[in-house]
Amino acid sequence: MSNLLPLPVLLPMLGAALTLLLGRRPRLQRAVSILTLVAVCAVAGSLIWITDTSGVQALWVGAWAPLGIVLVADRLSALMLTVASLVTLTVLIYATGQDEEEVRRETPVSIFHPTFLLLSAGVSDAFLAGDLFNLFVGFEILLFASYVLLTMGGTGERISAGSIYVVINLVSSLLFLTALAVIYAATGTVNMAQLGLRMADLPRDVTLPIQLLLLVVFAIKAAVFPLSFWLPDSYPTAPAPVTAVFAGLLTKVGVYAILRTQTAIFPDSPLTDLLGWAALATMLIGILGAIAQSEIKRLLSFTLVSHIGYMIFGIALATQASLGGTIFYTAHHITVQASLFLVAGLVERVGGSTSLDRLGGLATTVPLLGVLFFIPAMNLAGIPPLSGFIGKLGLLMSGVEVGTPLAWALVAGSVLTSLLTLYAVAKVWSRAFWGTPVLGPHTPDDVREGQAGRLPGIMVGGTAALVGLSLVLTFAAGPLYGYVDRAATSLLGGSYLEAVLSGVAR
Amino acid sequence: MSPNLTLAIIAGALVACGVYLITERSLSRILMGVMVAGNGVNVLFLVASGRAGGPPLIGVTPKDQMSDPLPQAMVLTAIVIALATAAFLVTMAYRSFQLNGHDEVQDDVEDARIRALAEADEASDSFEEIRFSDTGADVVSE
Repeated sequence: MSNLLPLPVLLPMLGAALTLLLGRRPRLQRAVSILTLVAVCAVAGSLIWITDTSGVQALWVGAWAPLGIVLVADRLSALMLTVASLVTLTVLIYATGQDEEEVRRETPVSIFHPTFLLLSAGVSDAFLAGDLFNLFVGFEILLFASYVLLTMGGTGERISAGSIYVVINLVSSLLFLTALAVIYAATGTVNMAQLGLRMADLPRDVTLPIQLLLLVVFAIKAAVFPLSFWLPDSYPTAPAPVTAVFAGLLTKVGVYAILRTQTAIFPDSPLTDLLGWAALATMLIGILGAIAQSEIKRLLSFTLVSHIGYMIFGIALATQASLGGTIFYTAHHITVQASLFLVAGLVERVGGSTSLDRLGGLATTVPLLGVLFFIPAMNLAGIPPLSGFIGKLGLLMSGVEVGTPLAWALVAGSVLTSLLTLYAVAKVWSRAFWGTPVLGPHTPDDVREGQAGRLPGIMVGGTAALVGLSLVLTFAAGPLYGYVDRAATSLLGGSYLEAVLSGVAR
Repeated sequence: MSPNLTLAIIAGALVACGVYLITERSLSRILMGVMVAGNGVNVLFLVASGRAGGPPLIGVTPKDQMSDPLPQAMVLTAIVIALATAAFLVTMAYRSFQLNGHDEVQDDVEDARIRALAEADEASDSFEEIRFSDTGADVVSE
């Protein structure tokens, strides 16, 4: 069954090539890219089932064991892959709705689909990579696609936001490459399973710089404080579907990489204190930034930074329960954050702006939009019984179980962050959705004819599907939590190592 | 394995020059910096690959005199990526030049605003003072 593993990378790449050829035929192009992502979702879904029933799957591409590229899927990567591809699919549906309505005027549509599919291929590659160099290549694929998507259209605002993003990521890629050179010099391999064995034999003053270098690289990608400053500057200017998929996926790829390297390569040195303090600072400083914003997209970018802290919290404690909590929270947060950014895009369409000063009364003019915002917003704040509450509860319980002063500080910090998140989204709600309706770009005639509240059906459908997905995570939380518990157990148990290196010289 | 000191020093010097250039404001200098530092890291891979040797082909070089091909494959990938990086950054610098007449990375707008407010000793835009009036409507002053 491990022959399925290359498909989530290969299918979007083939799709990208096809859609590039079909640039002049937008309808066919859209059909191809949607079909491709549906196929990726199907493969990823079956990987969940396969990894859960028959264990970790590993495939040495071209049978160059133990030197070549290995693709590995365990429960963690299968879950991440599935959630990521479902989110990409719904965002793509939203984007096709937007194509029909407006984007054609301002951006070259013909390159949107190929780039978007390449982004998906890069994300899949990063989730499946079994060696650090392939992880690097996966990162580069998704980063290059993201550079193009972020600066699409080349307006002044996007170029200046894009230059911050591009330069930051180039520096982090350089650091990653340096880390790879150092790792190869120290161990003679970049395969994560082999590294897990060989790092244990090295003295601590060799492994510590390597671990810190990798953590810095991935913390830049995941936007962990103090390496998070670039995110709120670069995300909000992009088109809504692009911001949504960036917010949902790109930072989570960084979190996944931290989770994977910490458990597979450095299982004996979790660096609890360092990561714990970083998590605390990320949560609090991120959410304080969010409170100060008066623009929905910027506010959401800061809540994104803040909630990355929760995932780092779980990784820092490095117990089975806390890792399970992190995995669940990551899956939850991908769907919720992406749907909030999609809603912000819809708000911009209806109200002509995402600034809270220029919005008002959306709940009366467009009640459906109110519902679509309210559910993920409450979910983000962690109101029971939604999945955000379940994820936070899991993390809090694991923190209490560990019981060190730092763990208690993290528990207190995450409760406070949760309350402040509620304050931030309630502020959006009371200023944009309640109050007297503001006309925005519409004339009073539009309002009378019901034009002002009109939303394109496909865009609403995409957003509703994503909100629905987050509700599925809530309703299926029982079996899902069982699954992430097993995923966390196998992360700590070394079955990854066994599966990759079975029948291979170590 | 005994590392090659010359290569290590070259790598260090290249990375140092690159870092200096990356801290400049103009995108074209940042591009130079990324390229130079990237080459420094590529040289670091050569240090990592150990002793230099013959081409790693069975029948051409005896087994103990072969060089390690893996780091070279990685460097090759890194060079290809660097080419794409250069192409993209040049395009972006050119577009920035078209739009603004220069290719400098701009000051963060939000930072500038906060600094201006701090100098004027005022509250930020999003600061809101809410008073509740007798009519039940809440009054927001900006």
